[in-house]
Amino acid sequence: MSFSNDHAHHIVGPKVYVAILLALLVGTALTVWASFVDLGFWNPIIALAIATSKATLVVLFFMGVKYSSKLTKLTVFAGLFTFLVLVSMTLTDYFSRAWGSW
Amino acid sequence: MSETIVKLPDPSTARIPRDNFITRENGLLSWLLTGDHKRIAVLYLISITFFFFIGGALAGLIRLELLTPQSDLMATDTYNKVFTMHGIIMIFFFLVPSVPATLGNFFIPMMIGAKDLALPKVNLLSWYLYMAGGILAIVTMATGGVDTGWTFTTPLSTHYVNTKVLTTGLAVFIAGFSSILTGLNFIVTIHKMRAPGMTWFRLPLFIWAHYAASILMVLATPVVAIAIVLVALERTIGIGVFDPTKGGDPLLFQHLFWFYSHPAVYIMILPGMGVISEVISTFSRKRVFGYTAVAFSSVAIAVFGFFVWAHHMFIMGISNYAVLVFSLLTMLVAVPSAIKIFNWTFTLYKGSITFETPMLYAFGFMGLFTIGGMTGVFLGSSGTDIHLTETYFIVAHFHFVMVGGMLMAFLAGIHFWWPKITGRMYPEKLSQLAAVVTFIGFNFTFFPQFILGTLGMPRRIASYPPEFQVLNVFSTAGATILGVGYLLPVIYLIWSLKYGAIAGNNPWQATGLEWQTQSPPLTENFVVPPVMDHEAYDYEWLERQQQAEKQTEESHGG
Amino acid sequence: MVDKIANASEGAHEEHPTYLRHHFNSVEQQADASNFAMWLFLLTEVMFFGGLFTAYLIYRNWYYPAFVAGSHQLNVAWGTTNTVVLIFSSFTMAMGVWCAETRRRRGLVLSLTLTFLLGLVFLGIKTVEYREKIEMHHVPGFHYSLQSFLDPESNPEVYREYHDKPLALDMARRTELYFSLYFLMTGMHALHMMIGIGILVFMIFRARGGAYTTGHVTFVENFGLYWHFVDIVWIYLFALLYLISRH
Repeated sequence: MSFSNDHAHHIVGPKVYVAILLALLVGTALTVWASFVDLGFWNPIIALAIATSKATLVVLFFMGVKYSSKLTKLTVFAGLFTFLVLVSMTLTDYFSRAWGSW
Repeated sequence: MSETIVKLPDPSTARIPRDNFITRENGLLSWLLTGDHKRIAVLYLISITFFFFIGGALAGLIRLELLTPQSDLMATDTYNKVFTMHGIIMIFFFLVPSVPATLGNFFIPMMIGAKDLALPKVNLLSWYLYMAGGILAIVTMATGGVDTGWTFTTPLSTHYVNTKVLTTGLAVFIAGFSSILTGLNFIVTIHKMRAPGMTWFRLPLFIWAHYAASILMVLATPVVAIAIVLVALERTIGIGVFDPTKGGDPLLFQHLFWFYSHPAVYIMILPGMGVISEVISTFSRKRVFGYTAVAFSSVAIAVFGFFVWAHHMFIMGISNYAVLVFSLLTMLVAVPSAIKIFNWTFTLYKGSITFETPMLYAFGFMGLFTIGGMTGVFLGSSGTDIHLTETYFIVAHFHFVMVGGMLMAFLAGIHFWWPKITGRMYPEKLSQLAAVVTFIGFNFTFFPQFILGTLGMPRRIASYPPEFQVLNVFSTAGATILGVGYLLPVIYLIWSLKYGAIAGNNPWQATGLEWQTQSPPLTENFVVPPVMDHEAYDYEWLERQQQAEKQTEESHGG
Repeated sequence: MVDKIANASEGAHEEHPTYLRHHFNSVEQQADASNFAMWLFLLTEVMFFGGLFTAYLIYRNWYYPAFVAGSHQLNVAWGTTNTVVLIFSSFTMAMGVWCAETRRRRGLVLSLTLTFLLGLVFLGIKTVEYREKIEMHHVPGFHYSLQSFLDPESNPEVYREYHDKPLALDMARRTELYFSLYFLMTGMHALHMMIGIGILVFMIFRARGGAYTTGHVTFVENFGLYWHFVDIVWIYLFALLYLISRH
């Protein structure tokens, strides 16, 4: 007996894909434009924010996670979480070295 | 000690079932190209044993050298190579795959009521990758070896040695892929192939333990893979990521390396803990106390295990604030392991305990792992770690958890499931003797090392101050006894294949699904796909089954 | 009782398709399991690239001026074009999956072929970029030259755009780290692209024969996940490597 109660297999159609494509192209234009404007310390934040929005659109719609099972969503989250742990906890060392000894 | 729960079929009429996974197909290719998880498990068992004895021989060389304070048995460079290869082989080619690739491969599908793992071809690939990595490691060792320590610390490994770092790194990289594929296979299988009625909380704790370990295999191993790639590029092209003269930071390697290697110790121990849950329950005839706590603590160990890696780097130059954070988090990670020890102890309380060989190993595990674990807490506290790190205290700590803990659990599991895998029982008295010899030998070998470490003897050196010699001689003597304790099982287990008593389906009166089938099992595991209708470790259900069987036998006989 | 069950499974045997492996109970279970397995594999890829991203973030933080100067040496037009190319290839791949699911054989072949061609275009542009870097001696370990950073005016195209100030010698040396990470990360990404393109060739041939448009779509779906993942890695690489402060 199989317990795959995942997809009543939702099929995402071309209309959605075209919309996402356009959104991604707009995002690309936006991020290139923003890099040419001096926004001080906001530049990298905006660049990463736009990149993350684009990635989110690809994950949710092109990869279909929006319509996938809870397990798939949990799996994506677990990967992201572990990656963030690697980056952030390693950076706690690097950032705090500049603070000296206590 | 004469009391036993073992029930074997009548030896005059007992037969090994004619159709089983061993006899189903014949010929070398049917084994080398198999998709059957049980055959792959046997392939792994043979190869893991082979690598274990190579690693063990290297350990013997270490202990021989350390009999005398001078570096007189071998050159110091050679000694460096010996302990490096000992570590690499034991960790990557024995401990990491030990329980998962043998007992996990064999029993995960059976325990959940499935016909095989989700991806049988990937399983076979996993074994070939393991063999490729292992053979490469042995060949590298024979043609010069590595002397950096198994930790490949930069910039030593990238700039200051001319030994075979690249090929050893490649061997470890390949073995890492083997591990990733095994873990991936287990996670998919446990999620998607459970039999009807087999809910998460009816799973044997062996499954929970392997599930947690598999998560670690999948998420942590790729990071050491990229660390090895970076070391290789640093050595060949000089990219500069770990080179201070080019602005790189050698500590970055250690962050990436230990991000895997700390969870790796949980990859190694969690499956062993799974074995202990099964063994303790069976030989005290009692369900594991606090099933939910043990299940969740396995996952908690896996999750928390990701947060503590820099406790291997306290003296390496990380910031004091990082030391503080990682030290605090390390205290946390001890809690779920302690929960398991408590729960196993409470399982024993008011249980009907018998002392068959698997149970002896399990008792050994509980005592030795507790000591090893507690000394881990001493080391997690950064104040004490500054004095104890890189001494024999660390060596003793990890050998207590890995050898006193994990290896004992592996032996417990092999003895527990041997009758199911082979259909034969091993000689009980001899195996009990071997377990006791192992326990005594282990304590003589490694307990003195705690003292040596506290007294200040550094690790990874061939020569030491003469005042440390007495304890080192003790340790080597213990190692000899330990070696005997490990050789005995190989001898009597092989002997049992031909001459052991026929075991029957369920010699231990255990409750798992794997015990409700023939020994050795059929290739497809179950004649009829099972439906799970009772909780895990339900000894009342087992008794009802046995009553029902007895009645059918009687009615047929009468 | 036993006979009934044995017979039932025999009857079912006639119904199930040839691609159903015997350890699975149903096609849904098999598709589900292989989909989950692909996601888990992608997790390993996230962690594999994750180590490189960690290294990048640390050194960018430490050597920001060098990273800015290094980034200016990359052609943002090529980078943007490549980003657009990959986005389109993700679109065509997603359309391919839709065609497989809705059994449009010709549509599938077209989509896979377009994806394949766009992938080649990406690699072509990367080759152009790499060649330029080789000519400028910006490849670490291979006659790496600091001239563009010590004397920015020696590189008139870039100087016209950004008017970079010359870097101090030690910071100029750090640009080698930037390019190490550039080649490592884009190289690792390109390797994954090449593997993907190879599998696409295999899939195009199989798709022409109708392999994926008869209900068995898991291979295309799972490959699609891989392809989109490689696209996502590029989205971040573009932002981090090409767009560090172009003002």
